[in-house]
Amino acid sequence: MNLYAVRAIYGFEMARTRRTLMQSVISPVVSTSLYFVVFGAAIGSRIPSVGGVSYGAFIVPGLIMLSLLNQSVSNASFGIYFPRFSGTIYELLSAPVSPVETVLGYVGASATKSIVLGLIILATAALFVPLQILHPLWMLLFLVLTSVTFSLVGFIIGLWANGFDQLQLVPLLVITPLTFLGGSFYAIDMLPPVWQKVALFNPVVYLVSGFRWSFYGQADVALGTSLGMTLLFLLAALALVVWIFRTGWRLKA
Amino acid sequence: MTDILTIEGVSKTYASGLTALHHVDLSIRRGEIFALLGPNGAGKTTLISLICGIVSPSSGSVRVDGHDIQRDWRAARALIGLVPQELTTDAFETVLATVTFSRGLFGKPPNPAYIEQVLRSLSLWEKRDSKIIALSGGMKRRLLVAKALSHEPQVLFLDEPTAGVDVTLRREMWDLVRSLRDRQVTVILTTHYIEEAQEMADRIGIINQGRLILVEDKQVLMHKLGRKQLTMELQQPLAAVPVLPCVAPGSLALTKDGLELVFTYEREAEGGGMAELLAGLGAASIAIRDLRTTQRSLEDIFVGLIEGSTAQDSNAPDAAKAPDLSGASSVSSAADASGVVP
Ligand SMILES: Nc1ncnc2c1ncn2[C@@H]1O[C@H](COP(=O)(O)OP(=O)(O)O)[C@@H](O)[C@H]1O
Ligand SMILES: [Mg+2]
Repeated sequence: MNLYAVRAIYGFEMARTRRTLMQSVISPVVSTSLYFVVFGAAIGSRIPSVGGVSYGAFIVPGLIMLSLLNQSVSNASFGIYFPRFSGTIYELLSAPVSPVETVLGYVGASATKSIVLGLIILATAALFVPLQILHPLWMLLFLVLTSVTFSLVGFIIGLWANGFDQLQLVPLLVITPLTFLGGSFYAIDMLPPVWQKVALFNPVVYLVSGFRWSFYGQADVALGTSLGMTLLFLLAALALVVWIFRTGWRLKA
Repeated sequence: MTDILTIEGVSKTYASGLTALHHVDLSIRRGEIFALLGPNGAGKTTLISLICGIVSPSSGSVRVDGHDIQRDWRAARALIGLVPQELTTDAFETVLATVTFSRGLFGKPPNPAYIEQVLRSLSLWEKRDSKIIALSGGMKRRLLVAKALSHEPQVLFLDEPTAGVDVTLRREMWDLVRSLRDRQVTVILTTHYIEEAQEMADRIGIINQGRLILVEDKQVLMHKLGRKQLTMELQQPLAAVPVLPCVAPGSLALTKDGLELVFTYEREAEGGGMAELLAGLGAASIAIRDLRTTQRSLEDIFVGLIEGSTAQDSNAPDAAKAPDLSGASSVSSAADASGVVP
């Protein structure tokens, strides 16, 4: 195991984050705060509480998930896409670094950043709405699993993309709609019966459900199902990454 | 001297169907400076990229100090440093950070003293805290060299180190490469400037259209360069090369159906016995209509080889056009140079 390489990649990516602190941290915090002002205070006060939780508090887990998913994907995808784009990837390809080490470095850094960001948003939310976290360890587990899984997804997108527009495309056309439709702002049982069935095909539902359970003890699907599905996504993303490195797809001519 | 790099039967066909390398065999000796000389598109970058693991081979094998680049890739890659053709760097990193990063990437524990030494030797130490974007082109190239040296490689690849670089920078780069030899680093550089190969290399390999067509000691190549030829047009055709007492037997040759007599001599040898030759010819009553001297530059050899290998089967007419070489034992013409291919 080339741990020096993992550390080098991880450190490089974290340094990039520090350089872009404004857009990395401030902008998600500002936009999430706006959600709280609008949905929590302004509109939320007219919406009845969901399962005994005020609407403003109810949407906190979903909002964190929304940021987590977007940040993980955009971070990790940019991290690997940019060297491909600029040509500096030559160094990584010629170095004695295995796929596992590469992924540990890039995905590890991206996930770290997402987790920190999730916690910052959580702290921001606490300023606007009364928060309660029933199962903090479960909360952290879902935070970590989700960050890692979607950083892997981002990594794959960064390998797949052949232009900056494509890099934006997946988050915009897939991730964001899935999150909005995945129960970030409502409980699934508020949907008409047919859409409740359709929603179960949305992976984000399981993430949000498990995450919200760790806060308020209420979930759309059973905790075991949430955890199982989350792990399943993680494994699927891992398998895809392994395949990519095996074949050299988009990396080697 | 032992070989540090062994390339055996390496071919590469890109997904586009283009075959960029045709069965290349090449051995690089430990500690030498080897120049891979060839026109644009010859396959130089492909060969280097393949050895470094950036391009996967279609067939053949490469060993670096005994380590197969595919089976034993970790050990093989750890020995190699690569300075790419393009100036690809991260813009916002600092000089010191990016060189330190490279060392880590190649699995070496931190060694600030060594990094400092490398940066100093490349006149980059004063710039260590500068962002890369603020460096000049020459500095960027030196930075890429520093990155490639950061993990103390035994083999350094320099892909077109002086392409598009002004004269001063080119001199600087040459000095740098020579200083690498003192570090016991084996250097393999690619270039399409003959002058560059001539200036720096111990051995020169000529590649064209994916085929390695000649590998030779530079001295031998220079020796050919050192030869001059005196071509004499004769009044009457001769049936055989005249035997003259004062002229070495191998240095005379007949061409153009006996109408031209070619004398090959060393440039250094002050006429190389031309006076004796002419006197001898006069004594033998061989009348000369006209005469001219020619000298072959490395460029001529190169162009001849390239044309020879490009026009595959049209070697024979080429050879006829190059009568200057016949009879001179150690000199190969465009045609028989392909016979030198290992
Ligand atoms: N990734 C690639 N895909 C397809 N063809 C390529 C690729 N890279 C290089 N080539 C082609 O392979 C040939 C050799 O290119 P290259 O190795 O870059 O030559 P050189 O470095 O000697 O100029 C060229 O015809 C080039 O167009
Ligand atoms: Mg090239």
